[in-house]
Amino acid sequence: MMSDVVRIEVDGREVEARPGETILEVLRREAVHVPTLCHLEGLPPSGACRMCIVELEGAPTLVPSCSYPVVAGMKIRSRSPKVLAARRMIVELLLSSHPDDCLYCGRSGRCDLQALARDLGVRQRRSQPRGTRRERDVSSPSIVRDPDKCVLCGKCVRVCEEVQGVAAIDFVGRGARTEVGCAFESGLNVSSCVNCGQCILACPTGALTERSYVDEVLEALADPDKVVVVQHAPAVSVTLAEEFGLPPGQDVDGRMVAALRRVGFDRVFDTSFTADLTIMEEGSELAHRIRTGGVLPMLTSCSPGWIKFVEQFYPDFIPNVSTCKSPQQMMGAIVKRFWALREQVRPQDVVSVSIMPCTAKKFECGREEMGCDHVPDVDYVLTTRELGELLRMHGLDLWRLEPEAADTPFGERTSAGKLFGASGGVMEAAVRTAHWMLTGRELEELEIGPLRGLAGCKELHARIDGLEIGAAVVSGLGNARRLLDQVRGGRKDLHFIEVMTCPGGCVAGGGQPIGTDPATVAARMKALYTIDRDAPVRVSHRNASVKRLYDEFLGEPLGEISHRLLHTHYHRRDVLK
Amino acid sequence: MSSANGIDSILRRHANAGRESLIPILQEVQERQGYLSREAVVEIGRHLGLPASKIYGVATFYNQFRFQPRGRHHFMVCRGTACHVKGSGKALEMLTRMLKLKPGQTSRDGMFSLEVVACMGACGLAPVVNLNGEFHAKVTPRRLAAIIAECRRMEEAEHVQA
Ligand code: SF4
Ligand code: SF4
Ligand code: SF4
Ligand code: FES
Repeated sequence: MMSDVVRIEVDGREVEARPGETILEVLRREAVHVPTLCHLEGLPPSGACRMCIVELEGAPTLVPSCSYPVVAGMKIRSRSPKVLAARRMIVELLLSSHPDDCLYCGRSGRCDLQALARDLGVRQRRSQPRGTRRERDVSSPSIVRDPDKCVLCGKCVRVCEEVQGVAAIDFVGRGARTEVGCAFESGLNVSSCVNCGQCILACPTGALTERSYVDEVLEALADPDKVVVVQHAPAVSVTLAEEFGLPPGQDVDGRMVAALRRVGFDRVFDTSFTADLTIMEEGSELAHRIRTGGVLPMLTSCSPGWIKFVEQFYPDFIPNVSTCKSPQQMMGAIVKRFWALREQVRPQDVVSVSIMPCTAKKFECGREEMGCDHVPDVDYVLTTRELGELLRMHGLDLWRLEPEAADTPFGERTSAGKLFGASGGVMEAAVRTAHWMLTGRELEELEIGPLRGLAGCKELHARIDGLEIGAAVVSGLGNARRLLDQVRGGRKDLHFIEVMTCPGGCVAGGGQPIGTDPATVAARMKALYTIDRDAPVRVSHRNASVKRLYDEFLGEPLGEISHRLLHTHYHRRDVLK
Repeated sequence: MSSANGIDSILRRHANAGRESLIPILQEVQERQGYLSREAVVEIGRHLGLPASKIYGVATFYNQFRFQPRGRHHFMVCRGTACHVKGSGKALEMLTRMLKLKPGQTSRDGMFSLEVVACMGACGLAPVVNLNGEFHAKVTPRRLAAIIAECRRMEEAEHVQA
C-alpha cells in the first residue's frame, strides 16, 4: 500500500497522492480550493471550462487539474498570480456574453458564476452583451431554460444522458450560436425530458430553474373564498434548513408546520400519511399479484419522472407498474373527495398545494389521470427551494418559531412513511408491512441495512413465511435502465422493484436546495434514519388515522373507493427520443 | 411509413454501423429526401442507438443539413468571399426580413425557404442569389423585392387556375 503513494508539491507544501488520481482530486482532499464549472463528481472529466487550471512547473501552459493525472514529484501552484489572472480572464469572457441580471435572477446568491466573479475580483464589464435576447423555453410545467445565462459547461447534457439515461438535451448549433436544447429545437414539454430537475442541480448558473408557482399560491392564499390546504413530502423537512444557510441533515418538521400556518395555509397535512396509505394499497396489490399469478416484478409508481420514463422508453413494462397513485396524488384525492365533503366545502373551492423535493411533481399534478371531473387532485406544487423563497418573502425565521404539530387527520404519520424520502425507503416500509401481513407478526429487526444508503442499486432476498421474496431498489434512471434490461433479458428472481428517479431518492430530488453533493445527500438520509430510529410508531399498518380512513371511508385496500380515487393506469407515450 | 420514406435501404447499407457512420448516413438521407425529417432522425437514432437530441446536435454543427422540406421557391444566398465583399450580407438580411425566415427555415405554407451556402462558383456574378436553380446576378434589395413579388404572383395565378 505504501509503495502506491507518490509525493507531489502543492504551493510549496509536500502532499501525498495516489497514482491515477487527478490533480483536482488531490487538491480537494488537501482542502485546497479549486473552482470548477464543468466538473461533475463521479463522471469522467470533460475539460470544457478550464476554470480549474493550475500552474505545473515545467509545463508550457497552465493545465486543467480536473483531467490532469498526478505524477511523482510534480510541483503545482494552485493560486499563483498567473493562475488567478487566467481564471479571472475566463470569468470575464463568460460574462462578456452574459446578461447583467443578477438582481432579477432566481439563482442569485447560489450561482457559481456570480460567486466566481465576486471572488476573483471582477469589478467591471469588459464588453456589452449582444442586444438581442434568446428565447427562454417555458414550455415545460417543471423546467425553465434560459439560454442567455448558459455558460455551455455541458453538465446538464451529461447528467441527462449519463446519469439519467434520458438524453433529452444536447448542444445544438455551433460557434456563437451554440445552445443547449432538444432535438429540432422543440420545447422540453414535447421532448423526452422526464422533468426530474437533475440538470437544475448540476447547472452552475440560472440557465436552468424550476417553473415557479409561488405567485399562483400567493394568489390562492389571498382569496377569501378558497380553502388552501398544504401537504409536505417526507424529504422536505430534512432539507428546508439548508435554504436558510444551515448545514444539511437537520429536521425542521415542526417549525416548518408552524411557518406554513403563518403563511396562511388553512390546513397542514403530511404526505408521509399517504405514504403509509400507499404501503397498505401497494402491499395489498403485490400480495394480490403474487397470489393470482399477476404480472411481476411489480414496479413502484411514486416517482413521476420514472413513470414518464417507462411510458416513453419501456412501455412493455407498463403492466408491471403498480396502479397506485403517488402519495402526493393520493393526498390530493382524499383531501378533495373526502375531507372537503366532511368539512362541507366544495372540491372546487379547495386549493391543494404540495411542497415537494421534486420538479416532476409539477408535471404529475397536471396529468389528465390525476383528477376527477376536471378538478385536479393537486393544484400547485412548490419545490423545497420555492418554499424557502415563500418563507423568506414573509420574513419568517424558522428558528424563532415554536414547532407545531400537523393537522389531523392527515398529519399523522409513521416513520415508515417518512422513509419514502430516501432511496430504499419505500421498500423498507413495504417489507415491514408485508412481513406483518404474511405472518401476523412484526419484523424483529425493523432496520433493513441492505436497503439503506447511497448505492444506486440495492437488493434484498428474503424468506418471509416460506415465501422467497426478491426485492431490488434502484435510483437514478440510468440504473433503472440497466435493471429493466436485465429483466427483459430474462431475470426472474425479483418480485418487487423500487425505482426513484433521482440518484439517492427524494432527498436528492431536483427541487431540493442547490448544493446536492454526495456528502449532503448522505446527511439528509441520515436525518431520516434518525427520525425512524426514534419514532414511536415505525410501521405503516399501525397508523391509526390510516386505519380510521379505511373504516370511515375507503372500506378496504384495493376496494371500490380506493380503486376510483387512489389508483390509475398509465399509457405508452410517444415523444421525440 | 418506413419503406415509403425510403431510408430503409440507406440504413440497410449501413448495417452494424456505429457512430462514425452518422454523418454519411445523414448526408445520404438528405440527398434522398431533400431534408432530415423528424421521422428520419428518429429512425437513424434507433438504427445507431443514438438519442434524437444527439443526432440533431451533430447535424446542426454542420451547415449542410436542413430539417424542413424546401419551399416551392427555394432561395440560396451565397456567403462566399466574393459575394460577401459585394454585399451578400445585405441580401441575406433583406431576404430574412421579407420572407420572415431564418436560414434553414421554410415558411409554414411551404411557399418559401431560405438557405445559406458556401461559394456557388459564380463569383463573377457576385452577389449572387439562386432561386430554384436559377442564378440571379448582382442582386440589389430592389431586385430581390421584385423577384419575391414575382413568386407571389405565380402562386396566385396557379391558385386561380386551380
Ligand atoms: S445566472 Fe448567475 S451571474 Fe447570471 S444573472 Fe443569474 S445569478 Fe447573475
Ligand atoms: S429535467 Fe431531467 S430529463 Fe429533463 S432535461 Fe433535465 S435532466 Fe434531462
Ligand atoms: S444550462 Fe447550465 S448546466 Fe447546462 S450547459 Fe448551460 S450552464 Fe451548463
Ligand atoms: S472543471 Fe476542469 S475544465 Fe472544467
